[in-house]
Amino acid sequence: MAALTTTESETGSAPPAARPPRKVGFSQKLSRWDVKVSPYLYISPFFILFGLTGLFPLAYTAVVSVYDWNLLGGQGDFVGLQNYVDVLNQPTFWKSLVNTFSIFLLSAVPQVIIAITLAALLDQNLRNATFWRMGVLVPYVVAPIAVSLIFGRLFADQFGLINGFLGVLGLDPVGWHSDRFASHIAIASMVNYRWTGYNTLIFLAAMQAVPRDLYEAATIDGAGRVRQFFSVTVPQIRATIIFVVITASIGGLQIFDEVKLYDVYGQGGSDRQWMTTVLFLYETAWGNQRDLGRAAAVAWMLFLIILVIGFINFKFSTRIASSGPKAPKVSRAVTRRLLAEARSAGAESAARRGDQQSTTTTDTTDRSDS
Amino acid sequence: MSSVAAAAQGAGKGAAKAAARRRVRRQKHHGESAVRRPGWITYAVLGIALVISAFPLYYTLLLGSSDQVTISQEVLPQLLPDASIFERFADVMGNSQVNFWLALANSVIISVTISVATVLTSTLAGFSFAKLRYPGRNALLVFVIATMAVPTQLGVIPMYILMSEIGWVGKIQAVIVPALVSAFGVFWMTQYLDSALPFELIEAARVDGASMFRTFWSIALPAARPAAAMLGLFIFVMQWTMFFWPSIILGSQNPTLPIAVQNLTAGYHDDYSLIMAGVFLVTLPLLIIFAVIGRQLVAGIMQGAVKG
Repeated sequence: MAALTTTESETGSAPPAARPPRKVGFSQKLSRWDVKVSPYLYISPFFILFGLTGLFPLAYTAVVSVYDWNLLGGQGDFVGLQNYVDVLNQPTFWKSLVNTFSIFLLSAVPQVIIAITLAALLDQNLRNATFWRMGVLVPYVVAPIAVSLIFGRLFADQFGLINGFLGVLGLDPVGWHSDRFASHIAIASMVNYRWTGYNTLIFLAAMQAVPRDLYEAATIDGAGRVRQFFSVTVPQIRATIIFVVITASIGGLQIFDEVKLYDVYGQGGSDRQWMTTVLFLYETAWGNQRDLGRAAAVAWMLFLIILVIGFINFKFSTRIASSGPKAPKVSRAVTRRLLAEARSAGAESAARRGDQQSTTTTDTTDRSDS
Repeated sequence: MSSVAAAAQGAGKGAAKAAARRRVRRQKHHGESAVRRPGWITYAVLGIALVISAFPLYYTLLLGSSDQVTISQEVLPQLLPDASIFERFADVMGNSQVNFWLALANSVIISVTISVATVLTSTLAGFSFAKLRYPGRNALLVFVIATMAVPTQLGVIPMYILMSEIGWVGKIQAVIVPALVSAFGVFWMTQYLDSALPFELIEAARVDGASMFRTFWSIALPAARPAAAMLGLFIFVMQWTMFFWPSIILGSQNPTLPIAVQNLTAGYHDDYSLIMAGVFLVTLPLLIIFAVIGRQLVAGIMQGAVKG
């Protein structure tokens, strides 16, 4: 019936001669239905599964957090915000929060700086470029749990390689497991070990997309390597910097694997000196307290913190990344013009410069001709 | 340092010709217009980075192949790993407490299933977002990108409650099902298909009478292969190394490889040699995969979708 109506309404607008046979009309209708529904159909697996396993749990965490909810006993009475109050009254929670931030800053900041530096080095005309690129990615395939075991041994207080090395240099051994700040450094170094190479390649991918003539123009303008990096590279890969900073933050605030196996007890140290908030959450839910309600409260507070940090990060890195060159588009046009001028000036201008510089310039013009 | 610059300075015609030949050859190799070679400092710094990357694994091998007494008294037990590492590997594999083979099987099943499923769901959604036009498309895509910032790790408590309700605690489907889709994957494939798949191709298929799904299956999916391979690898590594959720939901009875390693530390926490052999054994499969396809992996990242 429906098929008939569609065909009729269609013939209304189309000339009668073009009226298709009924069968085609049906398949056309089927095809139109296909076109209409398919797009939604294809994205539905993602939305359905993500809704069930990503969004729903997050919302439901809020529900669990206002109930007395035991791991074994299940749902209990409605307690309002009592779980939040209980958590906030636990000194260990605050300690874990400080630890998390400390480890996060010690890992995220050096990680981004080292990664972007390595990427800048890799972005040159290296011999065996692929070999070097592959080299920095090796740690990425080592499981965090393996990293924490290896580094736990490297940073062992006794018979650890790092302390042994310090001894050779004539320095006192560091209490990598006993001292709070030292343990944070050790754990941050695990995070950096695993993720720096990965981020390096992300940066490198972005750098490779920067038009090469920008560098040529900058060279002609007399900008050195460092100046080129800050005035050309950094602003050009702005979006990637923001992406990496935000993902590093989200990951950094959720550190768990690395701290769990830093020692064999997995409780963040004798004095909880390296217990992170996610480890605290884990201990609350599946450790001694077995209190899912409180753990859910921890999860929600951590979620809000991550949102806030993510937002600050976004604002911050947008400003940093855009502060360098006021208007990259204008400067690009200007550099293009300068480049063209310089090319036409050619060997003449090159001759006027100093020895070192002249070879570079000739070099550049040479190549652009070929 | 640069041979090109040196040649330009040099007077001899032969030298300049040779330099030009070299340049051409280099351009052939690298595709892009060659800039001058970096100095030795670059190689030195990269060399240090490489040593730092590789050393922990080498140290693991050293500890794994030395005996328990040496390891508890020496900082650096020896300089080269020896054959006793294979005995330690056998010890780990045969250890009743860690269920090595079960863990291996679980890890393979979980990682492969999730990789394949994620690639399929992501490509399907990516095709829809990149190449089809319909109301609400932009808003939905923005939503997908926004969800990349939502840490799903924090939903573990209701997930655990849900899994115990349906009796999946300790079963690997509890790890597999929640991971079948990935916001990052959808974003990645959308980016790639947007640039790699021309509209003309889709139109041609449609004119030929192919259905939407047929178009996806025979046109979009083959076109997406390079990016799909990359995504699959990423997801595979991620799942293989995943610890937090599996350790909560699976427990030590039905472990994945990372959990098996943790069991090793719980039972034999003073036998570092055994633990380190286990650590190396868990890393080995990924190292092999990396050695075989690392080149493509890196090349894939280079043409990556994260230019955003």
